[in-house]
Amino acid sequence: MSRDQSKLVYASTHEWADIQEVEGVRYATIGVSAFAIEQLNDLVYMDLPEVGREVNAGDELGEVESVKAVSPLYSPVTGEVVEVHSELPDELEQLNSDPYDFGWIAKIRLTSDSGIENLLSFDDYQRQCSESA
Amino acid sequence: MSAPLAKTPLDAIHRAAGARMVSFAGYDMPISYTSIVAEHQACRQRAALFDVSHMGRLRFDGEGSEELLDKLLTRKVSDMPLGAVRYSLICDHKGGVLDDVLVSHLETPSQQRYHLMVVNASNRMKLRTWVEQLLPEFPRVTLSDRTDITAMIAVQGPLAIEVAKRLFRFDPSRLRYYQAAITDQFSKPVLVSRTGYTGEDGFELVCRAEDATRIWENLMLVGREAGFTAAGLGARDTLRLEAGMPLYGHELTEEIDPLTAGLGFACTLDGREFIGEQVLTHRSSSPHEMVRVGLLPQTKRPAREGYLIYNAAGERVGHVTSGSQSPTFNHPIAMGYIRREDKERGNLQIEIRGTRVPTEIVQLPFYRRTNQSSGVK
Repeated sequence: MSRDQSKLVYASTHEWADIQEVEGVRYATIGVSAFAIEQLNDLVYMDLPEVGREVNAGDELGEVESVKAVSPLYSPVTGEVVEVHSELPDELEQLNSDPYDFGWIAKIRLTSDSGIENLLSFDDYQRQCSESA
Repeated sequence: MSAPLAKTPLDAIHRAAGARMVSFAGYDMPISYTSIVAEHQACRQRAALFDVSHMGRLRFDGEGSEELLDKLLTRKVSDMPLGAVRYSLICDHKGGVLDDVLVSHLETPSQQRYHLMVVNASNRMKLRTWVEQLLPEFPRVTLSDRTDITAMIAVQGPLAIEVAKRLFRFDPSRLRYYQAAITDQFSKPVLVSRTGYTGEDGFELVCRAEDATRIWENLMLVGREAGFTAAGLGARDTLRLEAGMPLYGHELTEEIDPLTAGLGFACTLDGREFIGEQVLTHRSSSPHEMVRVGLLPQTKRPAREGYLIYNAAGERVGHVTSGSQSPTFNHPIAMGYIRREDKERGNLQIEIRGTRVPTEIVQLPFYRRTNQSSGVK
């Protein structure tokens, strides 16, 4: 698999979401954007959400730490965490080179009120990043 | 506090190099050019250049300068030979640390002797006011703030001196550690001192603001093959933390006295009179309650400033003052203050984001370079 970042949707807090429908159920695979990973620089720690946890869009899912700082990781969507990428915390260096495939963090089964309509398109997200850079 | 940020004379260099800039002590400073870890390792293995122009540079001229500095500083200045550099503290009357500084005894080419004091950027204005209160007692002393008209560059790492020395008329490898000399780089005057804040060998130089860009470029050019790398404040902080060096605002504050901070070596209490001396003399006769220690949390997650430390009985016995991932050891390291008796007892835990994690107490520094040569040739 290879995710095309231009087809993903983004939270203004720099998480991406890949929305897929399987047998009538919608899931979001989520991660952190390449822009944010570059800004965070030198990641050293990530704590993953628990499987089974119910989250609202905008809730804190976990934390990522770089050499310098602790940053919250927010859920871009509302739903239940059904899977987490448990190898990721031990291979954070791979996040830099591969934020959209290897860098997936969790899979969330969306509820009907998923919050995805508030997410940004790739173009809008790019615009936000270039304004903040 | 919404005043525009000051820019150092090397600002354009940082921007051209794509540095990420942050606000630090009122200055717009590079935190990192590429990666903190890569810049840190470049300094440990080869050499790194740091713009440290934000550091305050205060010059003392005129008769009575030594007496004024002797009153101001916890170490004696009046016995410093020309070319000497000394680390010292400035205390208030209660023995609290106002700043930690480096003082150099220097002579201009026209044989004017003076002292230069390098102070923390965040303390510069406070110290100017503090010194100005003393000036009426020393009417022939002039204090001049040279910060804005000069720049300061640190070149640190095992290859720093050997590679950069050919740029200067005076070979800095002839300086011993904590010695300084005024020389020039292609007729641009520079003060070179064999000092630093990374735990590596190297030098720091002060030049005129208008010469800074050329001098930086020459250093990068001469160091290109040797792998000289520009490094930002992020790497400077992880380097000094590994080297166990205190940072003002973290390990040092007005609420901490030098003895608690483990800086008794920087206080000469042999009947000298200086501000804070009476309190320090009194305190030196009994063991102080808190001690500065190195901490190795037994987890992959770094402990950060402000995290609390507990003993086996669950009592809060201290706190972390600086903490980060160590790029050299690839493990979290931290410094902090704990109660003296709990240092002996051990069995401590740091509360890291809601979880109490066992931590080892270790001797500082975490990192000591293998070749501690004095640089005497």
